[in-house]
Amino acid sequence: MLGVIRHKTVRPTFSAFRHFSSSTKQQMTVRDALNSALDEEMSADPKVFLMGEEVGEYQGAYKISKGLLEKYGPERVLDTPITEAGFTGIGVGAAYYGLKPVVEFMTFNFSMQAIDHIINSAAKSNYMSAGQISVPIVFRGPNGAAAGVGAQHSHCYASWYGSCPGLKVLAPYSSEDARGLLKAAIRDPDPVIFLENELLYGESFPVSAEVLDSSFCLPIGKAKIEREGKDVTITAFSKMVGYALKAAEILAKEGISAEVINLRSIRPLDRSTINASVRKTNRLVTVEEGFPQHGVGAEICTSVIEESFGYLDAPVERIAGADVPMPYAANLERLAVPQIEDIVRAAKRACHRSVPMAATA
Amino acid sequence: MSLAFDMMRKSSTILTHLKSKKINFFSPSTALLSPQRNPILTNRFNSTTAHIPFTSNPIHDQHVIDFPGGNVKFIPEMRFIPESSQDRIPCYRVLDHNGEQIFGTDFVQVSEDVAVKMYSNMVTLQTMDNIFYEAQRQGRISFYVTTVGEEAINIASAAALSMDDVIFPQYREQGALLWRGFTLQEFANQCFSNKFDNGKGRQMPAHYGSNKLNYMTVASTVATQIPHAVGAAYSLKMDKKDACAVTYFGDGGSSEGDFHAGLNFAAVMEAPVIFICRNNGWAISTPTSDQFRSDGIVVKGQAYGVRSIRVDGNDALAIYSAVQAARQMAVSEERPILIEALTYRVGHHSTSDDSTKYRPANEIEWWRLARDPVARLRKWIERNGWWNDMAESELRNNLRHQLLRTIQVAESVEKPPLADMFSDVYDVPPSNLCEQMKWLKETVKKHPREYPTNISM
Ligand SMILES: Cc1ncc(C[n+]2csc(CCOP(=O)(O)OP(=O)(O)O)c2C)c(N)n1
Ligand SMILES: [Mg+2]
Repeated sequence: MLGVIRHKTVRPTFSAFRHFSSSTKQQMTVRDALNSALDEEMSADPKVFLMGEEVGEYQGAYKISKGLLEKYGPERVLDTPITEAGFTGIGVGAAYYGLKPVVEFMTFNFSMQAIDHIINSAAKSNYMSAGQISVPIVFRGPNGAAAGVGAQHSHCYASWYGSCPGLKVLAPYSSEDARGLLKAAIRDPDPVIFLENELLYGESFPVSAEVLDSSFCLPIGKAKIEREGKDVTITAFSKMVGYALKAAEILAKEGISAEVINLRSIRPLDRSTINASVRKTNRLVTVEEGFPQHGVGAEICTSVIEESFGYLDAPVERIAGADVPMPYAANLERLAVPQIEDIVRAAKRACHRSVPMAATA
Repeated sequence: MSLAFDMMRKSSTILTHLKSKKINFFSPSTALLSPQRNPILTNRFNSTTAHIPFTSNPIHDQHVIDFPGGNVKFIPEMRFIPESSQDRIPCYRVLDHNGEQIFGTDFVQVSEDVAVKMYSNMVTLQTMDNIFYEAQRQGRISFYVTTVGEEAINIASAAALSMDDVIFPQYREQGALLWRGFTLQEFANQCFSNKFDNGKGRQMPAHYGSNKLNYMTVASTVATQIPHAVGAAYSLKMDKKDACAVTYFGDGGSSEGDFHAGLNFAAVMEAPVIFICRNNGWAISTPTSDQFRSDGIVVKGQAYGVRSIRVDGNDALAIYSAVQAARQMAVSEERPILIEALTYRVGHHSTSDDSTKYRPANEIEWWRLARDPVARLRKWIERNGWWNDMAESELRNNLRHQLLRTIQVAESVEKPPLADMFSDVYDVPPSNLCEQMKWLKETVKKHPREYPTNISM
C-alpha cells in the first residue's frame, strides 16, 4: 500500500462532466454523482483508496466505481475476498495509519458481518486513544429497501448507526447531495457511514455548475429545505425525500402547503432546522423506510417535543416501514414500505386535527 | 495425523465422556453405527495419513517437548513450512471424462435404481433451471440462480445422505432438495411467491426451505449456514441421533470468518458435520486467485484438525462415494469431515449477472461441453445397459411439458394474503402487530384505489 502515496495525481476528468453544455441546468444520475465524487477525491488525495467486494474488475455491484480501477490501478481500487469483517478491520487499520479508505459494502445488510469494526474500532478509537488516533474512513453502499430482494437485503440501518457516538451518518437523496456529501465524508477526519439507495442510483437530478465543480462540498450536519411551506413540516431522508416532495405537490392541489426537509445528515441531526420549521408550520410528519421503534422519526419527534412542544398544533405523525422483516412477495412488499399516499393522508390528518373536532381523512 | 495427535484426541474424548457421564448427556456406546449397516466402513476410507510409530520415551528424550496437543520433536534446522507444497492435493474420481470407470478405484457400488434416479434427478434439475431461468428472462420472476455444471454435486451428495441428515444450503443446491422430494410445483410456487409457497412469499426466488425435508431455508448472507450446521450437528449428537448435519458453500463463502469458526468449532466439539465446498472457480466475478492463495479449500481442513478430501465435483460416482464415506465417519466417529468438490459454475452467477464480461466464453464452453457431469453419468449408465436414447428423449420431453405447466399454474395462483405479512415475526403475534394489521386492513378497505388489487384479506 505504500505505493499509494507515490501514485501520481491526475486531474479529475470524469466523463459525465464533458457531456454537458455550460448554460442550462444539467442532469446527472446519482450513480454518476457518486462516481465523479470518488474520482475527484481519489485524484485530489493520493491517500484515498477504495476497497470492497467486486469494486474493481466488476466496477461495483451497482457500477459506482466504473472506470476507477483503470484510472487508479489495483493498489487503490482493491477487490477483496468475501470477508466483510476482514476488509472492514483492514480498512480501519489503514485509516489508523494515514490512509483514507472508502469501504464499499455490496449492501449495508452485509455490514452486519463487520459491525464490530465499525462500532468498536472505527467509532471509538479516536476517543479511546485520547485523540491520538483518528479514523478517517468512509463506509458506503446501498441501504434500506430496494425492490424484490427480501428481508436480508432490505434493512435500513440509519437509526442503528445514528445511535452511535463517534460516527457521522449521511444519507443523500439527489445527485447534488451525493456529490457534496460523499466529498465531505471522504475529507472528514472521522468515520462516516454513507447510506445510499439502490433505487436512486439510476435517477437523474438537475445539477448546477457549482455542484459540478471539483471543489464542491456540503456541510455535514446540515439539512436542506427542499420545498418551503407553511402548514406542515415533512422530514425525510434518502428515497423518501422524493416521496415527500410528490406528496407535497398533491397536498398543494388541495390547499395544504407542506415544507419538505431533506435531512441529509442523520448524525449529527440538524435539530435547529427541523425545530425552526415546526415552529413555523406547527405540524410535523416524519417519514422513513426503516422500522418505527427507535427510528429516526422517533428521535426527530423527541427533539421537537423537547424544544418546540408549545408550538405543536397536532400530534406528530410518524410514517415508517411496517414492523416486520421485509416480505418478498410484491403485493406484501408494497404494503410494508411507505407510499406517497400514506404521507398525504398523514399530512391531512395533522392539518385537520388542528381544527377542533374535524373529521380525519 | 500423528500418533501424538491421535493420543491427545483420545484422551480428550475420554474426558468429554467422563464429564458427560456426570451430566448424563450421551453415553459413548449408543451413538455408534454398526459397521454392517454400511458396507463401506473399511479402513481405506479413513484418513490417508500414515501413522508414524513413536518409540522413544518422551520423559527422558532431550529431543522432544511434551507440549499440549502431544509431543513435538526438536530439530536443528531452521525450517519454515512452505506456503504451498510442490504437488497439489490430488483429486479423487471414479469415472473418467468419458464416463468410463477407472480401473482399481475405491468406490461404493451404486444399484441400477439409485443410478437411474440420480441421473433422472440431474436431468430434472437441469431442465428446471433452464425453464426457471427463462421465466426470469421473460420478467415472470424477479431472480433466479442455476446449478448448471454442478448437478453432480447437488444430486449425488444428497443421494449419499440419509433423510434424517439436516442440510444447511448456500443457494446453489436446489438439487439436494429435489432429491428429497420437494415437488416441481413447490419449487415453482416459491419462485412465483404465490399463496401456496411454503415460505409464504417471504423470501427471494430460489431461497427454498423445508423443515419437513430437513432442508434449512436459504439465507442470503453468504456462509452464515456454516456455523449453523455445526450447531445443529452438536444438537444431533446430544440427542444421539443417527444423523449428521451437512452444509454446502462456495469457494467465495470459504473466505468468511464463519467458515473458519465453523471448522474450528466442529473439530473441538467433535460435531458430526460434513462441510461440502463447491469450488466452482468463481464468486460472482472474483476468481479464486483473488479469494485465497492456498491450494484450494481442502488444505484448510488439516489446519483445523478436520479430516478432508478433494473430489472431482463433476463425477457423480466419486461424490456419491466420498459423501457416503464421510457420512459414515461423521456419524459413527462423531467428527467433522471437509469435502472440496472441484467444479465450475457454468451459468452466470445469477440472473443479475453477465459472466462473459469477466471470463472467456471458451472457458465456459469447455466446461459446459467437455466436462458436463450429466453427460458423464449418462455414458456410464448407458454402458451398464440401464439407459438409452429412448428413455432419454422421453424423460426430457415429459419434464419440459411438466415444468411449463407447473410455472403456468404457479403464476395463476393468488399472491399471499395480507395476514402473511404479520404472522411469524414472533411465535405469537404481539398486540402492536395485531393493531398494525387491523389498521392496515381498515386503510386498504377505506382507500381501495390507493392499493393494488391483488391483496386478499
Ligand atoms: C455476507 C455476504 N456478503 C456478500 C454477499 C454477496 N454475494 C452473494 S453470492 C456471492 C458470491 C459467493 O460465491 P461462492 O461462495 O463461490 O458461491 P457460488 O456463487 O460460486 O456458488 C457474494 C459475494 C452476500 N450475499 N452475503
Ligand atoms: Mg464459487
